Amino acid sequence: MLSSPFRAAAAPVAVALILLSPATSLPQAAPASLDDATIVHVLDRTGFGARAEDVAHLREIGLERYLDEQLHPERLSDAEVRARLAGFETLALDSSAIAERYYAPLLRERRATKKAATDDPSAPDAKSSDAATATMDPAERARLRELRDTGRVVMDELGQQKILRAVYSPRQLEEVLVDFWFNHFNVFAGKGPVRGYLTEYERDAIRPHVLGRFRDLLGAVAKSPAMLFYLDNWQSVDPKAAEEMSRRLDSVGTAGGLRGRAGRRRIGQRTGARATPEAIAQIQQRMPRGLNENYARELMELHTLGVAGGYTQADVVEVAKAFTGWTIRGPRQGGGYAFEERRHAKGPKTVLGTTIDAGGERDGEAVLDLLAAHPSTATFIATKLTRRFVADEPPPALVKRAAATFTSSRGDLRAVVRTILTSPEFLGADARRAKVKTPFEFTVSALRATRAEISSAAAVVQQVRTLGMPLYFAQPPTGYADTAEAWVNTGALVNRMNFAVDLTANRVSGVHVDLAALAGTTDVDRAKAWMTAHLLRSQASESTASTLARGTDLASLAALSLGSPEFQRR
Amino acid sequence: MISRRVLLRNGGMALLSLGFAPAFVARTAAAGATRRKLLITIFQRGAADGLNIVVPFAERDYYAARPTIAIAPPTRTAGADGAALDLDGFFGLHPRLAPLLPMWQQRSLAIVHACGSHDPTRSHFDAQDYMESGTPGVKSTTDGWLNRVLRAERRADDSPSSPSSTPFRAVALGAQLPRTLQGTAPALAMTDVNRFGLRGGAGTQASFEAEYAAAADRVLQRTGQDAFDAMRQLDAAAPGRYQPANGAIYPRSAYGQALKQIAQLAKADVGLEIAFAESGQWDHHANEGAANGQLGNRLDDFAQGIAALVTDLGSRMQDVVILTMSEFGRAVAENGNRGTDHGHANAMFIVGGPVKGGRVYGRWPGLAPAQRHEGRDLAVTTDFRDVFGEVAVRHLGVKDVRAVFPGYAVSASRFPGFLS
Repeated sequence: MLSSPFRAAAAPVAVALILLSPATSLPQAAPASLDDATIVHVLDRTGFGARAEDVAHLREIGLERYLDEQLHPERLSDAEVRARLAGFETLALDSSAIAERYYAPLLRERRATKKAATDDPSAPDAKSSDAATATMDPAERARLRELRDTGRVVMDELGQQKILRAVYSPRQLEEVLVDFWFNHFNVFAGKGPVRGYLTEYERDAIRPHVLGRFRDLLGAVAKSPAMLFYLDNWQSVDPKAAEEMSRRLDSVGTAGGLRGRAGRRRIGQRTGARATPEAIAQIQQRMPRGLNENYARELMELHTLGVAGGYTQADVVEVAKAFTGWTIRGPRQGGGYAFEERRHAKGPKTVLGTTIDAGGERDGEAVLDLLAAHPSTATFIATKLTRRFVADEPPPALVKRAAATFTSSRGDLRAVVRTILTSPEFLGADARRAKVKTPFEFTVSALRATRAEISSAAAVVQQVRTLGMPLYFAQPPTGYADTAEAWVNTGALVNRMNFAVDLTANRVSGVHVDLAALAGTTDVDRAKAWMTAHLLRSQASESTASTLARGTDLASLAALSLGSPEFQRR
Repeated sequence: MISRRVLLRNGGMALLSLGFAPAFVARTAAAGATRRKLLITIFQRGAADGLNIVVPFAERDYYAARPTIAIAPPTRTAGADGAALDLDGFFGLHPRLAPLLPMWQQRSLAIVHACGSHDPTRSHFDAQDYMESGTPGVKSTTDGWLNRVLRAERRADDSPSSPSSTPFRAVALGAQLPRTLQGTAPALAMTDVNRFGLRGGAGTQASFEAEYAAAADRVLQRTGQDAFDAMRQLDAAAPGRYQPANGAIYPRSAYGQALKQIAQLAKADVGLEIAFAESGQWDHHANEGAANGQLGNRLDDFAQGIAALVTDLGSRMQDVVILTMSEFGRAVAENGNRGTDHGHANAMFIVGGPVKGGRVYGRWPGLAPAQRHEGRDLAVTTDFRDVFGEVAVRHLGVKDVRAVFPGYAVSASRFPGFLS
């Protein structure tokens, strides 16, 4: 039963279908039933690839109820996924526990080794930890190796978790959106302690808000240690305040009497060393001295307004001032967000022509309010979401409507996504197979299509990296591109074909596919028919179909399907 | 040595060899055995700090603006830790670029300073886009400047015998084809030359090739065909385990290994003309370090890679130009976190046999506040297209370089002059 948005969409779709596949019979006039091509299209865009049971489910409940389900993922049970993730201890930990259990031991060991080398007058080069390692005995080196392996567990579990959720979660749209929004608010796991903060970042700052309010998402990200560290805001301080702090340290160093001694004792406790003049000088050296513009710029360029959104260099400086004081207490120990008044630049700031003078932490909040409500933000977000769901060149009319929804709903992301997914542009012919799958999308869709059983996703994570998309390791703040040019190149195609070959030959470690069970037959000819219908969704070109027709065994049939040009698109 | 013929993509050879190439496939260099010129471009992504890389140690303003991260001026004591390596009494190299010093002394390394794009953007993304497309300020350009070079007509004595030749004319070592090489002329992207082949047996390979040959999707079809042609040719070239020559040792980083594979391809005589590699993590907003630290570490990798490449290529360097670039430089003054914010002009390195090295080219604008771009950055006095243009014309023999840089009046009169 189609309600009005779909009746409006059904007409052009029906016409398009007639043009595309003359063999299909004419859909009926009023509540038209969904044809398979549309069902598969919707599933491929709102999720990571349609399986037979998903097609059946959508056909049964209809498009509107399906979208409702996906837009309210809490209504779908994720018990299976949770069972698969049960063994990953790090996923439920907060960052300080992660730091303490997985990173601190290695750091302590390294520092102890360096200190030992420093204290040893016969050591070749006290400053080099490599030299220290070289003089270690095998037991110590083995211990270091073990600690390093422990350190890798966190990112290993996070990467596997992402794959397993995408393959097995019924909340497919939520997974698509978590991928989208993480990428939009990209942070790079390779920068310092960021890797210890990502589990919390994705779980607590991104996921809960993907279908909520943009302002909430923006705020959670702005206060996340992951972002604060990655874009350096944790070190940004009011230059005047920095000078003051340095001067105060000077006076503590030289002050006499009780106050001086108490001050030096406090410093000693904080640094774990005596507060000698040299030590104090070192602290002063390492203290931040002024503004850091990095976050302020990317907040406007990449997170909200977009590069042409109308901000200037002056705005960048003012925004940076507003966010001084938004910092991390103890970043190397997995410490959390803290606002430090002392670092904050006081006084009014002028951002995009508006005066902001809320005071303290509220300056930053006011900037976020301003940016979230700005029309450029509505357009920028609408553009990116439309690009993800519809086409590399987002249809301008749809972008406009989605932006209008963003504005009128005050940043209700669920409403914006609904606008896109119910639009004629989304359902129309131009959108069909318009997107090239990213390495992540390709790999997951191949696993879903073959009903792969994953006992360990580690090799899969490696595979996605080989295809050029190391998960959580996109280095620039722009994240990964969402257009075909980024992913279609000779090397990538060869790797995709090789993955198809390996997967179907059961050569991917930790992954098992049973093609006979999948196709419901061991007979090659019947399997061919099944694969053409199900792996290629009857959208195989003549050449792919005839190539398949020449196939001689199930594995190569499946490989040729998953590695085909058609399967690279969604 | 057997005479070699360049493999034609759509000729009889392609039809013959579905799957593995027959062992007897022979390759020929252009009749008359013109040596092929090679351009190797290295993109430092993230805005490398040119002022700490090629240090203007004679400028007092440099030291005034960078109280903690400036590189000390050269000293007379040899091997003084952390001091700049004197180049010409005004500029010095960051000490971790020591592996490049011999090239300077042998006059095969030239530097163009205060070079870059006049476009004021400080967005990494946009600035890289502009430098790679060769059209600053224009976002609608669909291809990269090197792709246009591939399509450009060449002077007869510099061009290979047949334009539609090997699929290996342009190769990017990396997981993605960079903007610079995107366009209608074919270019390959690969991460591992030695594993660029299909598993699954000859039958499966032939079937895959048939699927892609007739794909309705033109981009996938073309890319697929390029892939199969390249695999065939690489098979025939049989690179095997590659041993760098002359004791060259490449850094183990992805960048180092990319350079090694470029050398491998160059020596495999598969027709390589343009190679692209990138080096990342130059965006030092905080704790940049001076002689030691983040910048120093990146420069280690950067310099050791180039030094290994030059050593490995040996006498082939007479036909090779290595060109480095970064989307913009960094601010003159250090910021509040002992790092630097985004800037404007930068330094480019050009290394090779044909290079008139041992000189810093370009007009130095000075670092006094009044001389800075927008009062804060090193000003651009040489447009990057003049540098790229000189390389395109004088090294690769491009006849009409204006087609390579649409919208810009490229002219030899503005070439810095580092190539003979």
